[in-house]
Amino acid sequence: MTKVAAVPGSIDDTLKLLTGADYVADRPLATVLFLALKMGRPLFLEGEAGVGKTEIAKVLSATLGRRLIRLQCYEGLDVSSAVYEWNYASQMIAIRLAEAEGVVDRDRLTGDIFSDRFLIRRPLLEALQPDPAGAPVLLIDELDRADEAFEAFLLEVLADNQVTIPELGTVKAPVPPIVIITSNRTREIHDALKRRCLYHWVGYPDAHRELAIVRAKVPGIGRLLSEQVVGFVQMLRQEDLFKAPGVAETLDWASALSELDVKALDPAKVSDTLGVLLKYQDDIVRIDSGKAAQMIGELKSELKSR
Amino acid sequence: MAPRAPSADDAGRSAGDGRLSENIVYFARALRAAGLPVGPGSILDALAAVKAAGVGTREDFYWTLHAGFVKRREHSILFEQAFRLFFRRRDVLDHMMAAMLPEAEPEAPEPPRAGAQRVAEALLGGRDEPQPPKPDEVEVDARLTVSDSEVLRRKDFAQMSALEIAQAREAIKRLVLPIDEVRTRRLRSSPHGRQVDLRRTLRASMKAGGALIDLQKLAPRTRPPPIVALVDISGSMSQYTRLFLHFLHAITDARRRVHTFLFGTRLTNVTRALQHKDPDEALEACSASVDDWSGGTRIGTSLHLFNRLWSRRVLGQGAVVLLITDGLERDPDERLAFEMDRLHRSCRRLIWLNPLLRFDGFEAKAKGIRTMLPHVDELRAIHNLDSMSELVRALSADGGRSNEARAWLKRVA
Repeated sequence: MTKVAAVPGSIDDTLKLLTGADYVADRPLATVLFLALKMGRPLFLEGEAGVGKTEIAKVLSATLGRRLIRLQCYEGLDVSSAVYEWNYASQMIAIRLAEAEGVVDRDRLTGDIFSDRFLIRRPLLEALQPDPAGAPVLLIDELDRADEAFEAFLLEVLADNQVTIPELGTVKAPVPPIVIITSNRTREIHDALKRRCLYHWVGYPDAHRELAIVRAKVPGIGRLLSEQVVGFVQMLRQEDLFKAPGVAETLDWASALSELDVKALDPAKVSDTLGVLLKYQDDIVRIDSGKAAQMIGELKSELKSR
Repeated sequence: MAPRAPSADDAGRSAGDGRLSENIVYFARALRAAGLPVGPGSILDALAAVKAAGVGTREDFYWTLHAGFVKRREHSILFEQAFRLFFRRRDVLDHMMAAMLPEAEPEAPEPPRAGAQRVAEALLGGRDEPQPPKPDEVEVDARLTVSDSEVLRRKDFAQMSALEIAQAREAIKRLVLPIDEVRTRRLRSSPHGRQVDLRRTLRASMKAGGALIDLQKLAPRTRPPPIVALVDISGSMSQYTRLFLHFLHAITDARRRVHTFLFGTRLTNVTRALQHKDPDEALEACSASVDDWSGGTRIGTSLHLFNRLWSRRVLGQGAVVLLITDGLERDPDERLAFEMDRLHRSCRRLIWLNPLLRFDGFEAKAKGIRTMLPHVDELRAIHNLDSMSELVRALSADGGRSNEARAWLKRVA
């Protein structure tokens, strides 16, 4: 095999790899990721929107120098857009040409028409092709958006790293791709699919880790502001909100405040920019300026006492 | 799951490896007894994982086994408890790390945490030596506050007769819910379709040697939408509860994608319980998992919980919500209206089944009912409700305009 970036050899190395790419992971996640890489198993990540599930695949592809193949799921996704399709127009022309040449051997014609030449590869099949840079990273994003019928197409790929095309035979990957599946849990994924993967629930980070994430991702942010932003978001997650802000929202908010040259939180600024954090009107109403002022007061006294 | 060639550090431990895997297998059995669906596949996974990661610190070992055994978030807590009990003594794990493992002996129980009781029973239950009497366990549902009106009672269901079951199956087969078929974005072959199925066309034409190209067509596929049932099990509904549960069990059996929630003063998801094939078993499991039979009703609170915790998980893909309640809320307020509104906006269609309303002499004076009515698409009043077939008929029949919530509202006014 040609020289490829080696997968990490231990949990510590995995953690280092992620940290090196500004992805601040906790140890459980590093453990399961290391195992997925080492055992060559797909990794199934479930969690609320905006906690960095998709980001893992991107970071892996960047740090390991692998190609990222992304399959965004949606309702009605089928074999012809996820796995493979035949190039019908070329096939038609080939049939007409064969006619013109006077080919009458039906078997030969069928063999010619359904051959590799007319096959269009879609993401899943693409991920099984050999790659000089090493097996690609296959990201199957938001699997819960696809309907149940689609899960069945994935089983063969996930279990045996192969795809069976009726007309052509079985295509098997020489080296299994690194498969990352994400789900926001808008429905339950079938147990048969989960059984083939290593499962991990990605939760909201604690204050310490979130602070590290904000400082890594929003470089220009002040020390005080970053502490206050993280503290405020952590308090928000304790509130009875319809949708608690994820890490992505924290980062958006931190950059927004940073862009506005805010040095420290105050109730007016929070109210003005709350739409970056909360995406439901009644959540925004619940955190009105009075409530925000109270939370900031608590936060400040807490930070001071530390 | 190809196990890799053993690395250098495996060689040194190979003598103790047997004990390690043995203990992991015992641990897997304990997990299974505690209710985790742990099959041989998961055990092989876990063994491979431990082999791949090696046994480092306690935390790494924990997460390594976690990766192998846990496939749902809900199981995480059971796993944690089982791990804590099984590898309780520090030295046990230390020994294990040295790969010379004595049998793990459980010690005196610590204060119970969520899931602890089930796991402890599973781990200790099979042993021969007598167990010290357990201190009274207090099970607290931390998610909800408990009000003075809450009556905690377990309710036993009478056995359902074989005839009743047969009738139920028949009736369910005939059931056509309003809007029972939803167009999906998936296609099926159909001679009257509008889209050309090129793949089938080409294959068919190959059969004829490529001389003829006969177009094959595709049409959108339809399927029944998911059903989410929210069933009121408060005292005022008690005489209907059993019937509704039988009904829901039958539709859970007949079609996929049915989610059932029971609420009185709490909200309980009984979908898994209703998936038992045997109706008595299913209802037994149901009644075991619910604590608030025939108590008071807090519709607003229950709907709030449903909206916040479950709506995004079960209301996808055009779900139809069956809300089964009499609408007799103790203190209807703006919150009830707000939660009804949110529920209505999150689903494709909201159908309210109200067994207390009659066509004749309808009096929807109760404030709760008037608060909820504007937010439902359809109201089905069910009179003379004493058998499953009656229920099915009431649900199947197309009542036309008289079922629309607005028509009912007008009558109230």
